[in-house]
Amino acid sequence: MRQIVWLLFCREWRLAWRRPGDLLNPLVFFAIVVSLFPLAVGPEPGMLRTMAPGVIWVAALLATLLSLDGMFRSDHEDGSLEQWVLSPHPLSLMVLVKVLHHWLVCGLAMVILAPLFGLMLALPVSVLPVLCLSLLLGTPVLSLLGAVGAALTVGLKGGGVLLALLILPLYIPVLILGTGAIEASLQGMPVAGYALWLGCLAVLSLSLAPVAIAAGLRIGVSE
Amino acid sequence: MKSLPIEIHKLTCERDQRELFSDLSFSLQGGQVLQVAGPNGSGKTSLLRILAGLLPAVGGDVRYGDASVFAGGGREQWRHSRLFIGHAPAVKANLTAEENLSWLCALSEPVDRQRISDALGQVGLRGFEDVPCHTLSAGQQRRVALARLYLEAHPVWILDEPFTAVDKAGVAALEKHVLDHAEQGGTVILTTHHSLDHIDGLRRLDLGQVA
Repeated sequence: MRQIVWLLFCREWRLAWRRPGDLLNPLVFFAIVVSLFPLAVGPEPGMLRTMAPGVIWVAALLATLLSLDGMFRSDHEDGSLEQWVLSPHPLSLMVLVKVLHHWLVCGLAMVILAPLFGLMLALPVSVLPVLCLSLLLGTPVLSLLGAVGAALTVGLKGGGVLLALLILPLYIPVLILGTGAIEASLQGMPVAGYALWLGCLAVLSLSLAPVAIAAGLRIGVSE
Repeated sequence: MKSLPIEIHKLTCERDQRELFSDLSFSLQGGQVLQVAGPNGSGKTSLLRILAGLLPAVGGDVRYGDASVFAGGGREQWRHSRLFIGHAPAVKANLTAEENLSWLCALSEPVDRQRISDALGQVGLRGFEDVPCHTLSAGQQRRVALARLYLEAHPVWILDEPFTAVDKAGVAALEKHVLDHAEQGGTVILTTHHSLDHIDGLRRLDLGQVA
């Protein structure tokens, strides 16, 4: 069991590094969206600071959504998914590894980049740890929930719009809690409540989403 | 490697509310090769996918040994017993032949480098271990997928159009391998538009006529 997890992780890693363009796409998108805002609304720090939590979170959310569409598509088209479904190993474990890999190259990378963009949007240094924490707890939820949608739309041609319609409503609580935490921190209020709620969502989706993803893929493969 | 008897009982398949076949019953003993024949759209691929466990059947049952392959312990046993190679060969273009095979085999049981290299030699791809598959031709990619037949020890093979894009010499070698497998007590179920009439003891199932 441990071996298959490790082998799958290596496989995903190799596939990602052989197409570095796909790897960088969501990050570049994230960077572009965030850096366009100061140009568009002007460099006034007070205004930027008010907008920063929303801008960073919306950009992270859209960047994740952008990268989700292709998550299972190529594996479905070349028949790899069939072999996964047929394998004696639990499918939900394998998809969990795949989502974890997606989060590492997309979500975690955004967490690491976020303080830089926070400074650019005039967030005080004291708020940056909260910004990182909210993204660290929130982006896994985005990846896991998004993977459920990606699994359900895997067999559909041009499922991108449908994926967005399916998944965006589920993203809203994460968005509200994530930006709420940063705003609370900006006003010097405690953020523990927001962080705990985000942690709750993360644990909930970590435990339930893999089963849903596996079920979605089984349906997709049988089409 | 010896295969248990496979019993197919009143199997019915529907696609998009269209019945492809109904009440299909037959049985296979270990050591038999079954060619599923029939015109395009007669349900050959659907039958193979039902047998593999990818597609739910509308009605009927498939038994491997004593247990149904659709539920419980029978399904677990079936997962370890059958090897399915479908239309899409499951070969990743960005991985090398060796990486592809090592992952596909690991899905059931990991194999070492040397054996993969030998298997690639058997399908005429010696020296192509470290070549990314997108540089290979369609026939060569198919051969990479078929190298699994030399690597994995499953008694039952379910092969959907295995000869697609493979040249004559390759088809002959593969036919021989299929017969060797049957001789050792394994069961092979395949669809192909190649004529396999020269094979002794070949069983044919014509789906067009059943429907």
